[in-house]
Amino acid sequence: MLRATLKSLLSRKIRLVLSALAVVLGVMFVAGSFVLTDTLDRSFSNLFSNIYSGTDVSVTAKAKANAAGTVPASVVDEVRGVDGVAKAQGQVNGSARPIGKNGKVMTTAGAPRLGASWVDGDSQLEMRDGTGPKADNEVAIGAFLASTGGFKVGDDIELITLQPKQKFKVVGIYGFPGGRDSLGGELITSFTEPVAQQLMLGEKGVYTDINVTAAGGVAQDQLRDRVSAKLGSDYEAKTGAQLAKDQADQIAEGLKFFNYILLAFAGIALFVGIFIILNTFSIIVAQRTRELALLRSMGASRGQVMGSVVLEAFVIGLIASVVGLGAGYGVGALLANFFATFGGGSLQLASVQLPLSAVISSFSVGLVVTMVAAVMPALRASRIAPVAAMREAATPDRPLTRPTVAGAVILAAGGAAMAFGFTNQSLALIFGGVMAAFVGVALLTPLVSKPMVSLIGRLLSWSMPGVLGRRNSARNPRRTAITAAALMVGIALITGVSVVLTSATASITKLSDTQIKSDLIIAGEQANDGGSATFTTDVLDRMKSTSGVKSVVGWANDGALINDEQYWVAAVTDVDAMREQFGLQTKSGTIAPLREDQVGVSEERATEKNLSVSSTMKVQLSRGEPKTYTVAFIWAKTPVMQGVVLPSDAIKNLRIPQLGNAFVQVVPGQSVVDVQKRIEPLFADNPEISVQDRSAFTKQQTSQFDTVLLMIQILLALAILIAVLGVINTLALSVIERTRELGLLRAIGMKRAQVMRMITVESIVISVFGAVLGLAVGSALGVATVAALKDQGITEFAFPWLQMGQYLVVAAVVGVIAAILPAIRAARLNVLDAIAYE
Amino acid sequence: MWKSYGSGDAAVTALAGVSVEFEREHFTAIMGPSGSGKSTLMHCLAGLDDVTDGEVWIGDTKVTGLNDKGLTELRRDQVGFVFQQFNLLPTLTAEENITLPLAIGGRKVDRAWFDTVIDTVGLRDRLTHRPTQLSGGQQQRVACARALVSRPEVVFADEPTGNLDSKSGAEVLGFLQKSAREFGQTIVMVTHDPNAASYADRVIFLADGKIVNEILDPTADAVLETMKHLDTAVGVS
Repeated sequence: MLRATLKSLLSRKIRLVLSALAVVLGVMFVAGSFVLTDTLDRSFSNLFSNIYSGTDVSVTAKAKANAAGTVPASVVDEVRGVDGVAKAQGQVNGSARPIGKNGKVMTTAGAPRLGASWVDGDSQLEMRDGTGPKADNEVAIGAFLASTGGFKVGDDIELITLQPKQKFKVVGIYGFPGGRDSLGGELITSFTEPVAQQLMLGEKGVYTDINVTAAGGVAQDQLRDRVSAKLGSDYEAKTGAQLAKDQADQIAEGLKFFNYILLAFAGIALFVGIFIILNTFSIIVAQRTRELALLRSMGASRGQVMGSVVLEAFVIGLIASVVGLGAGYGVGALLANFFATFGGGSLQLASVQLPLSAVISSFSVGLVVTMVAAVMPALRASRIAPVAAMREAATPDRPLTRPTVAGAVILAAGGAAMAFGFTNQSLALIFGGVMAAFVGVALLTPLVSKPMVSLIGRLLSWSMPGVLGRRNSARNPRRTAITAAALMVGIALITGVSVVLTSATASITKLSDTQIKSDLIIAGEQANDGGSATFTTDVLDRMKSTSGVKSVVGWANDGALINDEQYWVAAVTDVDAMREQFGLQTKSGTIAPLREDQVGVSEERATEKNLSVSSTMKVQLSRGEPKTYTVAFIWAKTPVMQGVVLPSDAIKNLRIPQLGNAFVQVVPGQSVVDVQKRIEPLFADNPEISVQDRSAFTKQQTSQFDTVLLMIQILLALAILIAVLGVINTLALSVIERTRELGLLRAIGMKRAQVMRMITVESIVISVFGAVLGLAVGSALGVATVAALKDQGITEFAFPWLQMGQYLVVAAVVGVIAAILPAIRAARLNVLDAIAYE
Repeated sequence: MWKSYGSGDAAVTALAGVSVEFEREHFTAIMGPSGSGKSTLMHCLAGLDDVTDGEVWIGDTKVTGLNDKGLTELRRDQVGFVFQQFNLLPTLTAEENITLPLAIGGRKVDRAWFDTVIDTVGLRDRLTHRPTQLSGGQQQRVACARALVSRPEVVFADEPTGNLDSKSGAEVLGFLQKSAREFGQTIVMVTHDPNAASYADRVIFLADGKIVNEILDPTADAVLETMKHLDTAVGVS
């Protein structure tokens, strides 16, 4: 039996290779993600051990709200007095964004843009050129910033910090040990200590942390304990080793994102792969009916027949896992290298290894997926009666009752899981629900395949080959359905996401058009390195006095601890302007300017925390001491804003005591454009801040959805690629199955080109059918999600008709491409062999 | 015509110098024991297979030397086929199967001729049926109608009654005979059934790749006699 299985496996290499490819791709991403994370984790551990090699103990102030506080200079002296301390150096770190020679603020691929205090004789730096900064207007810059920005010693450089842009002179350029230009692609500028304190931290005489070096013979943790004991509970001391580990762990946490993306790739590839393998095995079992029946009539048991199919799956799964693992190692190494050099970064990569986790997960995933897909066909094979060997090969169509009922049940279960997942905010349930819904729809697909296929096919059947292609695709509803369903998955996911994002865009646009009365919006670039653009409150005063301006409200966001819970709060400069511009309605109290100890609260928050006017709350901001505030007003539910509003007095205690946004209302009758032109010069020294009218601002806000959509489209292109393999596979198997028919057609005069057209039409019909299913299922998923997100402010339904049309066209093109090889094969059939084919 | 497969010592000769003409508007049967080369002869005549040496002409068309496109068009426009089995496409109705060669060539159906053919084969009430809904005899009659509907130069029938019971077979053969006599259709049929051959106007006997005999206006008994003679003559049972 084993021999028979292996023989039959070898005789159908090509079709099995095609179906195994899907598993290979899936396993590749699984293995790749493990190899990548393993390599990067070790690389970053090395990096941080290097960085902290000169640090024995580091001291920081305990966190207040969301930001670590600053360390006053007096504490540095205290630490110096601790027994066993050889050296204690206060350090300053913060955000400093350099402006390039083209006048634009320089950006990185995610690495920070840092400003730091210069320390003479820092062993972690290697001077390349010039000296360290001595005067207030001097800076030394990292070699990576020098090379990417084209700065040389003696050049001027402009930098944005907590202050608007200021001009400095580059007096030195430094690198890092090992001849490296940067540690990880960061842009770093070093100022003299007082300047760094003023620009990074906003006040003189304070530090970000203290770098402590131990005297000979004092262990790191011994020193840490002594420093801790001395400073008490307001400060935190950590050993260099601990710090390196913490930082590496933090990066590893961030890198999980890549891991998730790769695993998502893998999951989708494998899910679609199951469809394809299932289909391939079903067709092969159908085609081998007589052969299997012969085995049965010669005395093979049901178990043996089933075992032979499962064994085939096992062998395919095994081979696919091995190939996938190898490819995954390559992908992991490639991505790690790409990551290390991305954006000019110079991360020194640890050697790429194959972690055991990658091996185990690759084999288990590859084998399980393949075997699961083969179970149904194997069961069917085992039910073949021995007498089938004597009958004509054609098996009658089995009734669709059972799959239809099962499909309906699974679809309903999936829907319920999704609904439950949405109400309970469980991503796992939503995801599982979506997958179950796909399976359910796939099972229901054969039922709709006949009418749908003949409808789609009608568009293509203006000639005889077209009619034949259409009829062929309607011939085996199960096969067509499952092939189309594989394509459906990818297109449904894209469509679903598109519907949600389009609806979100429509909702935001409607909201801004109907609810917000601000004419101009001043906003800073949001940077992912913590250096988001801000501006000082005195600019706001100048805006107010600009002619044509009716009202202005400035806005500053930060995290805060309210009754010891972490919240996002906003401090506003003008409550009246806010109420007017955002159309706030009173729920209780009076929406009027806040006193220094008053807050405003949204209805949602008030209900959630059981607050009413004159309730009190304890608020700890990033700076200063905790303070008790009284609720002065509660505004009625609105999609525009919710949360807690603090008085303008609180701004000085935020992590960055500056404004992030401002909203301007123009005097009725005045030209918005004119006012915009008068306000723009106020931000001339702050190129990260833009002044936009409302519709431009809305467009900019929603344009980020396009980026998200593009990323998802790329991700799901893979799913579609795998589905194409499925279409090719189905067509190739059909061509083999219909050899005699093709021979007959050729015998009675069908041209090769017509044969190819026939196959192509069949392929297009299957693909477009899959796309239509995908669009329908995706729209349903999208609508369900939008409905569930209604409370989050997505109130409008909108369909991305243009994109949906494009997906349909893509599917048709996919159909044509998938048909190429099977069509050539069909056209090349030798007529005489084909009509004699048994 | 000569036809051999393989080369050198392994060469097998299927046709060893066959020279034959088929008269227009006649029904000719080719008979011979298995392996006599009768199917090869038909395949070569119809342009499904090429000859090793010699020439084949259908009407004014020289078949030998045509490329695939030429052969395809020849088969489509000038030749009709009836095979032993698997003559019809399962996805098409009887009518669609009959008009398939015309549809492939993009030609219009001559309705009057179509009606005549349909009435002669007696399939008028079966036109919308799929092949699976037809009996074997009906399927073969549909195949015959398809071969005739494009008015080809010649219809080749390869054991058309091989899979049929005698009554259905007789109907099919009667139809072929009628087509030649009443519609002037040239028909060449390969068979090993003396009874089938008796419907033809002329029977050619093939053995070992050569024509060894022929009978005009045959009867089943005469054919059988000749066959027996043939078998003993060549030593095949």
